[in-house]
Amino acid sequence: MRPGSMILVLEQLLNGLQYGVMLFLLAAGLTLIFGIMGVINLAHGSLFMVGAYAGTLVAGATGNFWLGIPVALVAAGATGLAVEALVIRRLYARDHLDQVLATFGLILIFNQIITLTVGRQPVFVAIPESLAAPVELLPGLFYPPYRLLIIAAGLLVALGLYLLINRTRIGMLVRAGATNRDMVRALGVDIRLLYTVVFGLGALLAGFAGYVSGPISAVQVGMGEQILLSTFVVVVVGGVGSIKGACVAGILLGVVDTMLRAFLPGLLRGVMPASEADALGIGIASMGIYLLMALVLLIRPKGLFAAGG
Amino acid sequence: MPSPDARNLARRIGLAVLVVALLAVPMFADSSSLSLVTRILIYSIAAASLNFVLGYGGMISLGHAAFFGIGGYVVGMLFVHHADATPLMGFIPGSNQLLVTVPAAVVVSGLLALIIGALSLRTGGVQFIMITLAFAQMIFFFFVSLKAYGGEDGIIVRRTNEFLGLNMRDRVTLYYVMLGFWAVFMLALWRVVHSSFGTVLRGMKQNERRMAALGYAPYRYKLYAFVLSGMGAGLSGALMANFLRFASPDMLHWTKSAALMTMVILGGVGSFLGPIWGTAAYLVLETWLAAQTEYWQLWLGLILLAVVLGTRGGINAGMARLAALMMRGRG
Amino acid sequence: MLSVAGLSAAYGASQVLFDVSLDIAEGQVVTLLGRNGMGKTTTVRSIMGLVAPRAGKVEFEGRSVAGLAPERIARMGAGLVPEGRQIFATLTVRENLVATAANRLGRANPWTLARVYDLFPRLGERAGQMAGTLSGGEQQMLAVGRALMTNPRLLILDEATEGLAPVIRTEIWHVIERLKAQGQSILLIDKNLGVLKRLADRHFIIEKGRTVWTGTAADLEREAAVVQGYVGL
Repeated sequence: MRPGSMILVLEQLLNGLQYGVMLFLLAAGLTLIFGIMGVINLAHGSLFMVGAYAGTLVAGATGNFWLGIPVALVAAGATGLAVEALVIRRLYARDHLDQVLATFGLILIFNQIITLTVGRQPVFVAIPESLAAPVELLPGLFYPPYRLLIIAAGLLVALGLYLLINRTRIGMLVRAGATNRDMVRALGVDIRLLYTVVFGLGALLAGFAGYVSGPISAVQVGMGEQILLSTFVVVVVGGVGSIKGACVAGILLGVVDTMLRAFLPGLLRGVMPASEADALGIGIASMGIYLLMALVLLIRPKGLFAAGG
Repeated sequence: MPSPDARNLARRIGLAVLVVALLAVPMFADSSSLSLVTRILIYSIAAASLNFVLGYGGMISLGHAAFFGIGGYVVGMLFVHHADATPLMGFIPGSNQLLVTVPAAVVVSGLLALIIGALSLRTGGVQFIMITLAFAQMIFFFFVSLKAYGGEDGIIVRRTNEFLGLNMRDRVTLYYVMLGFWAVFMLALWRVVHSSFGTVLRGMKQNERRMAALGYAPYRYKLYAFVLSGMGAGLSGALMANFLRFASPDMLHWTKSAALMTMVILGGVGSFLGPIWGTAAYLVLETWLAAQTEYWQLWLGLILLAVVLGTRGGINAGMARLAALMMRGRG
Repeated sequence: MLSVAGLSAAYGASQVLFDVSLDIAEGQVVTLLGRNGMGKTTTVRSIMGLVAPRAGKVEFEGRSVAGLAPERIARMGAGLVPEGRQIFATLTVRENLVATAANRLGRANPWTLARVYDLFPRLGERAGQMAGTLSGGEQQMLAVGRALMTNPRLLILDEATEGLAPVIRTEIWHVIERLKAQGQSILLIDKNLGVLKRLADRHFIIEKGRTVWTGTAADLEREAAVVQGYVGL
């Protein structure tokens, strides 16, 4: 391969890794919530959005990008706790249908609240100067440090979650609760407190992901739903309840999706007129992760790493 | 809990009111209300189809928009090829005849349901929900990328398909045509639900293992149900494309699946008339709320939350409870 | 310590318990006997709060616990070794013991990992193994150890030897004897009359959701025929 196209491929691989890390941050929370609590939470994307908006607005007002991070965490975390106490708590005993409907209602509510308070125009925050200018990773390969930071942060979170789930008592209880909720309660553990902690953790991750994704993709109403579908695919492919699965599947799907979008239209241009190739290329690329999920589910119906760590 | 008698009474009263009201609608309704009722009728076919697999069969499909949308797109694509007189894929002639396009739509959506169902039913639980969603998304992205058929803009069907020489431009005629299709569909659905097939299906929802032990292969029964359901949704889509004179990619989007599911749940899952009430409630609410405020979705969301958290069994159960109360008051 | 009177409970529309009564004093070993389906496990679940009692009184240490959440009852000192063992399969042996361990009543000489491994040497050997890969007998030992680690006032063992080989059963009976010698209050639900005769201070028999007979080991000998009629062994 020519060095130029090699550079392009590496660049897109890194982009894919970064997108994959974002998916992982969202999927980790979602897989825990579904795996431990048995709740399908469609409103997870709304927490993503709340974090993005809160952080972006504060960062924009103060001119300080870094300030946005704790703000996003607090906003998403607080919203998550409120949602858990008011709505999710009542859905533990209900079936999936009711959960889908109720959390779908939450999506509508959150989207409209944001529209009411902030308006329909997307908001922006600029990447700090120090992180914006591309650095040379390899001869000829320039990459923005901001994205590298996201990748690093995501991998750190993955490590942290792994340690939390596998090496701490809370992690033990989370894993135990995933297999037998009633027994954990019968041994004296307040499982509802555990649920609140898990939900809150998921909310923090979502809020963080939302804020740091802002400079790369727009902060606008409905941003949650766009990424939510992909997140669900990651959760299912990785195996419900598995953090390891969320990590592996997230990165895999992130890379596949990015590479397809980057290179498929170009490949198709060789066989059809440009505008058609572009449209069809993007169309098939969008299908990519779903096709992958269908394939995985047909071979491993419970996902890659079902009910584990 | 409402007694079976109360439930039966509620059902019969509801049915009688429904039939009379439906026939009389054009006499009392203005054009926008007539349009609303027509849309309710058409969507309720899709909702009832979804309810068939969801309520009676216990399969949570988040991908029914695919069948609904493809029904619409078959009508649209046949129209495009009729309008420019070239055959589809080189050998299928276009058509603007309702009696051609509607069966075609039903067959195509049935085939699609066969493929999707055959693959998806090998999984279960949340995986099944996701895989049906995935397939629907794939179809959505595929059609949006087809520039030849409108891409993101969809297909405008200039004229509603012709049917028995009637004047399909007249709103009232169109309404009665749709009502006719609706009635035929509902009768057919009633027969299926109350047939031995329907009974077996309901048995499977309750206890699959037992039904299997009795000799009924779960996979096959569920697949048949899924295909029938897909055909119903396709019928709905075809009628909708004719009514709106537009086949839009929105019809394939997952939010349409979510809307259909909302209609089913609002009305009460697993009841026969439930989907009709649910569709009516959803569309009326949507229309009325949208007229009140720009932020109507906020209210819709709040109402959804209230319905789910506050009630069990949706409108149908609510009506049965009301009937029970009334009966107690009378005696 | 535990006092149950007139307990009735149901699963939805089907009522299982109508009038169950039993008492356990501090340091006693009490059994609940009865054939399958008579309501033994439902009684246990009602005591533990996993099923809400419809009527009747359940008092633990003098305080009414009927209708309380399971975790609250457990925290008051009830340690459950459930029917079917129900160990956490995806955790290791050690994690199973440690995850829910507690010493809420501030015992001077609490159960520790070391003491549990001393009681069940085989668990010590397999400390790092996934609990799901243990044999039935080992899982039973793990379930007992797990409950002991919560330092309960009352240990409740539901069908602790069901489906286990005779050798393992004997081991578990020995453990129960040791626990009794240490002064642990125990509620035993089982079908194996023979060994229970020796072990227990008092017996209660439940039939179709009602307490139909109660007595000491001596009473059991005297009215052996009657008891046989109820328990069928």
